[in-house]
Amino acid sequence: MEAVQLKAKIISNKKLKCNYWYLEFDSRIIAKSALPGQFIEVKTGNGIDPLLRRPISVHSVSGTQVKLVYEVIGKGTQILSERKPGAFLDVIGPLGNGFEYNRLTKKLDKQKTILVAGGMGVAPLVFLAEKIKSHRPVVLIGARNKEQVLCAQEFKDLGCKVIITTDDGSLGFKGRVTELLKGFLSENQKTGKPEHIYACGPQPMLKTVVQISRENNIASQLSLETHMACGFGVCLGCVVSTKTGYKRVCKDGPVFMGKELIW
Amino acid sequence: MVKHAKPNLSVNIGSLVLRNPVMVASGTFGYAEEFKGLLDLKKLGAIVTKTITIKPRHGNISPRTCETPAGMLNSIGLENPGIDSFIKNKLPFLKKLGIPIIVSIAAEDDPGEFYILVGQLDKINEVCAIELNISCPNMQKNKLISQDAGETSALVSAVRKLTKKCLITKLSPNVTSISDIALAAQEAGSDAVALINTLSGMSIDVYKRASKIGSWVGGLSGPAIRPIAVKMVWEAYNKIKIPIIGMGGIMDIENALEFFFAGSTAISVGTANFINPRASLEIISGLEKYMADNGILNLSNITGKLKACED
Repeated sequence: MEAVQLKAKIISNKKLKCNYWYLEFDSRIIAKSALPGQFIEVKTGNGIDPLLRRPISVHSVSGTQVKLVYEVIGKGTQILSERKPGAFLDVIGPLGNGFEYNRLTKKLDKQKTILVAGGMGVAPLVFLAEKIKSHRPVVLIGARNKEQVLCAQEFKDLGCKVIITTDDGSLGFKGRVTELLKGFLSENQKTGKPEHIYACGPQPMLKTVVQISRENNIASQLSLETHMACGFGVCLGCVVSTKTGYKRVCKDGPVFMGKELIW
Repeated sequence: MVKHAKPNLSVNIGSLVLRNPVMVASGTFGYAEEFKGLLDLKKLGAIVTKTITIKPRHGNISPRTCETPAGMLNSIGLENPGIDSFIKNKLPFLKKLGIPIIVSIAAEDDPGEFYILVGQLDKINEVCAIELNISCPNMQKNKLISQDAGETSALVSAVRKLTKKCLITKLSPNVTSISDIALAAQEAGSDAVALINTLSGMSIDVYKRASKIGSWVGGLSGPAIRPIAVKMVWEAYNKIKIPIIGMGGIMDIENALEFFFAGSTAISVGTANFINPRASLEIISGLEKYMADNGILNLSNITGKLKACED
């Protein structure tokens, strides 16, 4: 479906924990058409500073409501966190391609699909997990520390097996989520190779995920995060190198197959 | 209250007649199909395409954009599919819109490339005008054609001989005197000048101690450059007779009016398209309302109609 620009009513905008916030807005049109991995371009405030919209992944939809999880990092997201329920948010969406999951083997084998989330990367993967919950995906979550582990319970509620790792070891394993992925793959060699890895998180993490998936010959899909000027494919500002030339993260992505990226 | 006649928004740019004076600037609107569903494209005064070169261009390395206070830097590097692919794959959609299509063109190495491009576009009826982009700051060139009055004049007069179509010369603000360059374009036969292109700029990530733009520098656009653009339009208006298409950080009707008062016959919406795709349509209706409210029947009654500052 084509993206639309509209003013959507904010239903709630609450702090989740640390600098992470949770925002729900009402839009029947966007809720109906949004797919996992797609994002919304949000005009955080009314002025010209910040000038550009902020791209934020769809965390989930329910009924006519669209939910976003975002981290307050700069002026734009700070202004967004101050927006009150009842106010109208200028949004464009849904944007981007989203994850490809319709071609997953229809077998209900457990642990054939792995979701790898780093930090804020959990956001679009919750939506994906909801759509593919019958596959019983395994979710590997990595965060800096216990406080910054997000959405673990949501994945559990969907019936996913959740394994957590933190940089400081304050929750779950100690270490990077990519190390956890490596360990998981070698431990489960006997039970059969996973078919698909979906990942979202910081770029260095995604690069390592691509490397691991290549070494193990497993298909991977990565949702890339980058600064964008427009978000709908016109400015050509957010390109990434692929085997078929530069591709726009906002329009041709944000989800790319690991094998097509030149990393 | 006196009911005024419906204002007439049409303007002439050389042989080109625009139903309204609000266009979208080159490089900020792609080939229009990117905006399908986001606004009624048929209402625009004209569409200026992303700049086309003879051969396809891959563009510059990432990152290509960054946000700056009330503005942004870009260094896309004229990524485009090349003229043949443009005509085959992009033009059909534009033709169907039934509004004036202005094709922006540039040369990569040799000004002679302009002659080839103009030759090809001259044959296409639906191409109403050609914009000569001699002011792109992201080509890693030491000097742009539009930074020299002599070179501007030579190019425009050579191209003038090749086509009767409306010719628009897009000028760079990175010059000592933009009105000198505008005058050179006029004397060489340009039907109009478009100003301003982006200002060369740079922004540094102090934590990474690196430029925020992959190719080091970029072109600054957005509201941050508006006062510079307005001043340059005003300066050129006082020196030339041909129409000026004014642009630089126009976000809304008030911004657009500044450009008309400074001397623009038409205006272009650029960076605003990225943030509010409907900005140009809001400006068109804002202009209609402004004229109706003030009993202004024709745009010629506001272009350049500036009063001295009263204390």
